[in-house]
Amino acid sequence: MSDTPILELRHVSKSYGSVKALTDVSLKAYAGEIIGLVGDNGAGKSSMIKTISGVYTPDEGEILVDGTPRHWRSPHDAIAAGIETLYQDSGLAPDLTIGSNIFLGRELRRRSLLGRLGFLDQRSMESQAMQELEKVGISIGAAKRTVSELSGGQRQAVAIGRAAMWAKHVIILDEPTNHLGARQSIEVLKVMKAARDRGLCVLFISHTLPHVLEVTDRIIVLRLGRIVRDAPTSEFTVESLLGTITGLSQ
Amino acid sequence: MTTDTISDVPAKAPLLDSLRKLLRQDSGLVPVLAALVLLVIYFEIRSSVFLQAANIANLFTQAAVYVLLAMAETWLLLLGEIDLSLGWASTGAGMLAGIYTNVQYGWPWPLAFILGLLAAVLVALVSGFLTVKFRVASFIVTLGMQLVIQGLVIYELDKVFQGGGVPVQDAVLRNLIAGDLTPVWSWVFVVAVIVGLSAITVWKGIRRRSAGLESVAFWKVALRIAVIALVGVFLGFIFSVNRGSFVPVSGIPFAVPIVFLLVGFYSFLLGRTKFGRYMYAIGGNAEAARRAGVPVDRYRIYAFMLGGLTAGIAGLMLISQLGGIASSSTDPSIVLYAVAGAVIGGVSLFGGRGRMVGAVLGGVILAVIKNGLTLIQLSGPAQYIVTGVVLIAAVLVDVLGRRSQQLAK
Repeated sequence: MSDTPILELRHVSKSYGSVKALTDVSLKAYAGEIIGLVGDNGAGKSSMIKTISGVYTPDEGEILVDGTPRHWRSPHDAIAAGIETLYQDSGLAPDLTIGSNIFLGRELRRRSLLGRLGFLDQRSMESQAMQELEKVGISIGAAKRTVSELSGGQRQAVAIGRAAMWAKHVIILDEPTNHLGARQSIEVLKVMKAARDRGLCVLFISHTLPHVLEVTDRIIVLRLGRIVRDAPTSEFTVESLLGTITGLSQ
Repeated sequence: MTTDTISDVPAKAPLLDSLRKLLRQDSGLVPVLAALVLLVIYFEIRSSVFLQAANIANLFTQAAVYVLLAMAETWLLLLGEIDLSLGWASTGAGMLAGIYTNVQYGWPWPLAFILGLLAAVLVALVSGFLTVKFRVASFIVTLGMQLVIQGLVIYELDKVFQGGGVPVQDAVLRNLIAGDLTPVWSWVFVVAVIVGLSAITVWKGIRRRSAGLESVAFWKVALRIAVIALVGVFLGFIFSVNRGSFVPVSGIPFAVPIVFLLVGFYSFLLGRTKFGRYMYAIGGNAEAARRAGVPVDRYRIYAFMLGGLTAGIAGLMLISQLGGIASSSTDPSIVLYAVAGAVIGGVSLFGGRGRMVGAVLGGVILAVIKNGLTLIQLSGPAQYIVTGVVLIAAVLVDVLGRRSQQLAK
């Protein structure tokens, strides 16, 4: 773990009209850690990840990636800077194959003359997609199947695999275990750990507190747009975490 | 690692599973082809003329307009959009080409053709721009656009040549439909298509196998090539027969290779390039495409423009087939055939699913219905009814496919 945070927010505020979604939020996230981001509905979790991933621009404050201040004009800028986000509703194109989805927006062309004419290298994309997915712990069979043929759990696996495969610095997972069975949830947690071990910083947003306690190194609690607690996971139990989230006990 | 990973392939009864898979996935062209074969058999039983050389040639040229219109609308439907002005845009394109190749203006045909096509693309560009920029439903924008173009076209048609409409006087424009390849070139074309399609099929299989990916079973490849060859040779023979009543006529009509080339090019764009990949991505999940960095709005406008261009080409075929256009011979409902052809061909109304080849088959089915019903002396009203029933059946297949897909989530 180096000293420079891979991702840093400094005094970030964001409001929609008169509603303050985020107030003076600062955090430092390092490579190789899983950070749990928890809070009640409306606590500002979504606003925070959307600010980090370039969907929103903060009103005040700044975002630094690897020590450099960055400014996102679109989600694409954040992706280019190595920050991958997996939103709650999986961002997959149902009618494209798994391989095509993995490479969506990053298509490979053939290296011959045909490539210059626009031919895509479907073969390489499919086999690379399979290899990379297996590297992050996901085996889904043939890459040629379309996403619409997959079950909910498999879709989520592909989406997570895509984020984990392309993220260079930070991977943001918004409720990745929602709608998943117990066994699949455990697999998702495994993929997160594997991503951390590869030196990524994982931001894990979830309402499922046992999952958060199990997998994270550090937990950040948001309430009404402010960070109210930022401490190592070992300092929390389900009860104390719940108390902090609701504000009934600190 | 692989044993301990995310996967939940359910073990179900294989028959039930494959049936479900057939419904859920893009089951390809099997239902469309089956419908086409059934229609052909029915009409051949009812009328012995149906499969005769003259009628087949007639059928192909009739189909050209429907097929091109269905292909045009496919560009829009793939993105979950629709362009209702395509019918009048195509009529307008044909009209412009007809007017400016007329002796009165005497433009060389390429210029007049380009003018017609440009006009159709421009109309589509405006519709696309309004749809994307102001986030209005394309249905409404193009409904308005359709009325505007209809007015302009009818005004123009009534104005030129003292209300007599535009006759086709240019040889090239007339020969789009009426002209034929010489018998030798017809066979060259047939053989080239058979060899080309077979080579692509085989080559794809070899590449996949050498990459260690799952590949299509050998018997499927062989069957596909056999069917292509059989149909090709059959049509080759049909077209080499003299089908003229007074003067000898034989060979493949020019419209056929033109449509073929266009289908090949569009299929390549959709299936093999980033461009096509983005089209499917946007149609299936525009938000996901946007997040992946696809310039969604720009691609939407491209789809409109390609629809306009293709409709323009359909318009050239239309005026060529009719021998001219007058305001009384315009058909306000051809755009509905465009939508119907695409949907019958398995292009989803909800975006993201469908192939150009499907649109071709859908267009051919429309032509077969029209042609066959005319032969058994059930034209007019019966044609509307049968087309309507086939269309509803196609939409039901689409919706049921979608639904079982959603249930599978």
